[in-house]
Amino acid sequence: MSVAFHQRIQYALLDERLQQAVYAATGRLRDKRRGSIVPGQLPDYQELRTHAHHIKKHTMENLDYYLEVLARRVEERGGRVAWCRDAGEVQEVIGRLARERGIRLAVKSKSMTSEEVHLNEALERSGVEAVETDLGEFIIQLAGERPYHIVAPAMHKTRQQVADLFEAKLGVGRVEEIPRQTMIARVVLRKKFLEAGMGISGANFLVAESGAVVIVENEGNARLATSSPRIHVAVAGVEKVIPRAADLAVFLPLLGRSATGQPLTSYTSFLSGPRRAGELDGPDEFCLILVDNGRTRILADRGKRETLYCIRCGACLNTCPVYRRIGGYSYPGVYSGPIGAILTPQVLGLSHEPELPFASSLCGACAEVCPVKIDIPRILLELRGEVKKQEARDRRWGPEKLGFLVWAWLMRHPRLFELAGLAAQAMLSGPGDGRWIRSLPGPLKAWTASRDFPPPAARSFRQLWRRRVRTP
Amino acid sequence: MLEYRLFTMATRVSLFVTCLVDQFFPKIGLGMVEVLERLGYQIDFPEAQTCCGQPAFNSGFRGEARQVGRHFLSVFRDAEAIVCPSGSCAAMVRRHYAELFHKDPEALAAVRVLGERVWEFSEFLVRVAGREEVGACWEGVVTYHDSCHSLRELGLAEEPRRLLRAVRGLELREMDLAEECCGFGGTFSVKFHDVSGSMLGAKIESIRRTGASAVVSTDASCLMQIRGGLSRAGLPVRTLHVAEVLAAR
Repeated sequence: MSVAFHQRIQYALLDERLQQAVYAATGRLRDKRRGSIVPGQLPDYQELRTHAHHIKKHTMENLDYYLEVLARRVEERGGRVAWCRDAGEVQEVIGRLARERGIRLAVKSKSMTSEEVHLNEALERSGVEAVETDLGEFIIQLAGERPYHIVAPAMHKTRQQVADLFEAKLGVGRVEEIPRQTMIARVVLRKKFLEAGMGISGANFLVAESGAVVIVENEGNARLATSSPRIHVAVAGVEKVIPRAADLAVFLPLLGRSATGQPLTSYTSFLSGPRRAGELDGPDEFCLILVDNGRTRILADRGKRETLYCIRCGACLNTCPVYRRIGGYSYPGVYSGPIGAILTPQVLGLSHEPELPFASSLCGACAEVCPVKIDIPRILLELRGEVKKQEARDRRWGPEKLGFLVWAWLMRHPRLFELAGLAAQAMLSGPGDGRWIRSLPGPLKAWTASRDFPPPAARSFRQLWRRRVRTP
Repeated sequence: MLEYRLFTMATRVSLFVTCLVDQFFPKIGLGMVEVLERLGYQIDFPEAQTCCGQPAFNSGFRGEARQVGRHFLSVFRDAEAIVCPSGSCAAMVRRHYAELFHKDPEALAAVRVLGERVWEFSEFLVRVAGREEVGACWEGVVTYHDSCHSLRELGLAEEPRRLLRAVRGLELREMDLAEECCGFGGTFSVKFHDVSGSMLGAKIESIRRTGASAVVSTDASCLMQIRGGLSRAGLPVRTLHVAEVLAAR
């Protein structure tokens, strides 16, 4: 039992304003998604999901091949490819690229992978200022926080909080109107875009056959960040590769709708290397950073491999009744919600937060909305099994293990099970008038902390059945 | 559809009442007996039955789950059709046993056979027995709570609703959060009781908004959670299993 994890959850549950803000914001995204995939809007939604799942499956099972093709194409177009095993290597490569070119300022478009490898902090240590240019990321960077949600990183911030933040950090007057706040960010960021020597982006898809980096966004900041500075660095997990541009006909309609209910996002950019002779726009240099950081370990695990199919749409967060209550910061690691609950233990190790896979009612709402059909509840169950196996190997036998040992023995001995039932009946009779029990000691204390507990039946079904058989 | 037709010929059904119904809510089991007998089925109750093993499986204790699962397979090995008042327990046998026993070919063979013979109660009535009207009468307004495992693992959304709509005197009034989890989730309900309680709060609010006098579901575990919350809040809304409603006349 991790105290810190439970404390973070408590903290979120007790913050009424946060509860309302996150519940409402996720609810809006969820409803938009729902409205955008109805048969009238996208008649072959289910077929697209199945197809997307199969494309991802095929690509992951042939990942070595597609990555090599991708790297060749990127290099043919004048780009460079760096293969990074872990966060440290990503930080080192980008740090060196900046140092060699004397770059002191980098603009960034939204990238969960760069969050995962803690790029901003590392760049800062090597004397490079990295400025987030996605509005939500800009806000949380000012606040010194991490993304609250994969798609909407500042979902938990109210406009009043943003007003306070801008006033304190940007030295502007207090402004609570969202359009005016946006204009303030725009003015600050425009200057950064023009001064920056490096543009850092993530990637939604990497097209193997053409070497293109595909980025979807709504603010236009990614397009500016990848074309205005003289070097563009794209940071992407190796699982982002897809075989063909034609596959985007499957993924793009699914991604926009699942994330924000948009048939297509406002901007979809296909970036293929540096500016070529005769072209007006684009960077002088392009570097694609392919990040492993635990992904090939996940790939090696047949049962949980489909974790890598994720396209980071955030639909599972918006529908998850647990995420919608405990919020993004209760989760350990940068990825929150159901996908975070299966990704984090596999990347950072089970012992990082052993309780995480258990923080789910296994309701399956996440799997139902997943555009690439990742069976998240099944993977959670596998992780639970692994946590308990690990505990047994370490000889950490808690009361839960002992309880289940006794339970399993009783369940194989029906007579004793019945006797145990009679004993429980004597102990838990309650007020005796059929009313439910308000307070119980021991392991059931946690049950009665949140609701009443039923008194055991005066006669079990098997007793009633026997009586019925005797007197038909 | 072939398998469904095959089982319409079954005249004998074995009850798997589940550990929870056996010990806490036997009326649900009696309700199933009443309805199935009304439809002309012969009922068998293998007395050695206990649990399907799901509590251990969901808690990560696969070894213990396998022991209890093997007991289930041996108790029901000769059953023609197993009917169970829980979508969750039915899904455990039908969907999760294969994974639980993937390294045990002998158990796996039994799972393949039994997996196709386990039915959730409302699923059995509509898909196997081919009945929606079972001669029930219940006066009043009820609302239906979708058990997550009935809905998402067995795909049962229409079956229980069709059965309820065919009950004389009953008005089914949908709640807005019908498909949202009640927060039970097995040991989740005690390990994360505050999160579970918050989910329950939203569910109860949704039930209350309908003005229904009872909430009906296919799983006793959801109903235990919901009734626990209703009782704590002092709300006069009843909780009923589909089998209890269909048994009333």
